[in-house]
Amino acid sequence: MAKPYIMLVDDEESFVEPMQKRLDKRGYKIIAAYSGDEALRQMDTHRNLDVVILDVKMPGMDGIESLKEIKKKFPLVEVIMLTGHATVESAIEGMKLGAFDYLMKPCEMDVLTAKVEEAAGKKHAHEEKIEKARIEKVMSTRGV
Amino acid sequence: MKKDKGKQSQYYQTLTRKMILTVIIVSFTPMVLVIAILLQQFNASYHEKTHAHLSELVQKHKQNIDSFLQEKLSTIEFLASTQRLSRLNDNDFLYETLIKLRRDYDNVFVDLGLIDEKGIQRAYAGPYELEAADYSNAKWFKKAISEPEFISDVFLGLRGFPHFIVATRVKKNGGFWLMRATVNFNAFNSLVHNFQVGRTGFAFILNRTGEFQAKPNQEIKPCSQCYSFFWEAVEKTRNNILITRWTDDSGRENLYAVGSLKNGDWLLIVKQQAEDAFSDLNRMSNIALLIFLVGGTAIIGMAAFTSKQMVRRIRKADQETEMMNKQIIETGKMASLGELAAGIAHEINNPVAIMVEEAGWMGDLFEDEPFAESKNLSEFKRSLAQINTQGQRCKEITHKLLSFARKTDTTLKDVQVNQLIQEIVGLSEQMARYNKVTMATELQPDLPFITISPSEMQQMLLNLINNAIDAMSKSGGTIKIITKLSRLEKDHIVIIVEDDGPGIPESNRERIFEPFFTTKPVGRGTGLGLSICYGIVQKMGGKIDVHSTVGEGTRFRIWIPVQK
Repeated sequence: MAKPYIMLVDDEESFVEPMQKRLDKRGYKIIAAYSGDEALRQMDTHRNLDVVILDVKMPGMDGIESLKEIKKKFPLVEVIMLTGHATVESAIEGMKLGAFDYLMKPCEMDVLTAKVEEAAGKKHAHEEKIEKARIEKVMSTRGV
Repeated sequence: MKKDKGKQSQYYQTLTRKMILTVIIVSFTPMVLVIAILLQQFNASYHEKTHAHLSELVQKHKQNIDSFLQEKLSTIEFLASTQRLSRLNDNDFLYETLIKLRRDYDNVFVDLGLIDEKGIQRAYAGPYELEAADYSNAKWFKKAISEPEFISDVFLGLRGFPHFIVATRVKKNGGFWLMRATVNFNAFNSLVHNFQVGRTGFAFILNRTGEFQAKPNQEIKPCSQCYSFFWEAVEKTRNNILITRWTDDSGRENLYAVGSLKNGDWLLIVKQQAEDAFSDLNRMSNIALLIFLVGGTAIIGMAAFTSKQMVRRIRKADQETEMMNKQIIETGKMASLGELAAGIAHEINNPVAIMVEEAGWMGDLFEDEPFAESKNLSEFKRSLAQINTQGQRCKEITHKLLSFARKTDTTLKDVQVNQLIQEIVGLSEQMARYNKVTMATELQPDLPFITISPSEMQQMLLNLINNAIDAMSKSGGTIKIITKLSRLEKDHIVIIVEDDGPGIPESNRERIFEPFFTTKPVGRGTGLGLSICYGIVQKMGGKIDVHSTVGEGTRFRIWIPVQK
């Protein structure tokens, strides 16, 4: 299975940079965005994104709002919330709104990659199901 | 502290005194005014009444006595002017006349006599042998012969018995003759003898030389000084009655009513002790005084009692307010500390995350070719691992700080607190045994469920137990956990964690709930444990306090409300 296509959204560049490098080194295809708005714009052009790692606390459109928008426009893309301790509550709220899971900063790379794989797996399984359903639909209409 | 208390109690004493004084002044002023005014008015009108009464009495008696004397004089005058000298000079006639007069006037007349201008009694009728008596040298005769009519003062005379003479001068046969009658002193005296006013009031008659002309039925001490004063005063008032007061030698104040008699020759004096005359007034004053004293005492007593009680209440309220203020300040301090801690935690967390990420990235790079052969690779790796470890430690600290700031995730559950405690005791027992500490529980069964976050409760109890174990790690000891329904707070469960360790010195006791306050060596404790406990308890709507005696042990009590 191909490595998941990831987008990292965080307003803090110094955090995004090493993270991006590390994930890249592990063979993930990764792009970065530094705000909620930018993330949504990027997603319009990168339609094959699998997982979005989203910081909860950002200036402007914050994590929760971004999540709502993402889930509205791209319901299949899985989102992992990334949070400092102060925002665990919002992370929980995020999960209620359809985020896949949440992680606390700073997080172990292994834990992060495991979560990303899991999320991507879920997304692919979901996509497959949809594909299957579509085929079945085509088949059934043919049959009629 | 002690000085402060002294000052405070002085303040409350002053307050009490002021209140008592105010109440007394406010209630006494009208009372005193009313009593004084009423007494004054009553006094004035009573005096007026008494004076009027006495004055009237004296006036009436004066008239009586004057008319008595005048009547006797008129009788003699009539006799003398209507009869010829030869008849008047006849003893038998005089005797007949005397008997007649005695019959008519109730034995008032003692005797009758006719005296020539030389003072020789020519004719006489009466019980004494006074025929031919020589009065030429008697004072009264000299005076009587010079005036048309005369009433003498009372005197003993030739007969040695008190009497007075009524005489009239007539001109017969070219010479002056004096017709005289002796008036029975007793008859006259009876006019004043039985006079009585009140208990001590009596009357008497004085002549100009201060001799008694008529005596009361009781002993009387003469008072020449006051009599001369009376004479002067009466002359000034003319025919009116004089009312005056005079204090006699024995110091007793007397009320005198004085009127003149017999054209100003005599004085009719009514004397009454002032005390007796105004006895009603005095009784009234005494009653008023008694009421005043009793009422006053009651007012003072009540004022003192109520003021003290009120001040006691004020004091209690003040103390409560002070305590409340302290609590509010304490809570406020903790809240602001919590906010500060949360802020710091959050601000620190991000840089730490970046550092850890960068270290991780370096670690990743070391996997690559050129570095793999570096001779210091193992040192680099160890160093990076250390950075990572310390990063994790920072994370833990910020995590705890945020717990204190009450921003961790919590889900409330209905919990049976005893069960929870037993779990925690089970968890801690291993570590306790390692430190020679034994754990004991005394849990009241059937405690009501409480709605709390079990993980928070766990964290709090673990903090307390760990602290106790740390405190007793050298000497060993016992940790006892007690649960029961609170008797102090309604609908609260109280959890007590007590140890018999070294205790907390008083200087530290006030600060133990503050974040970062720790007595453990650097690196061993964050100083956050108890502040987290404090935050958790506050969040549960309960409270926590500590009692500690150095050398005996420490006891934490936690009250948690039971939701109904």
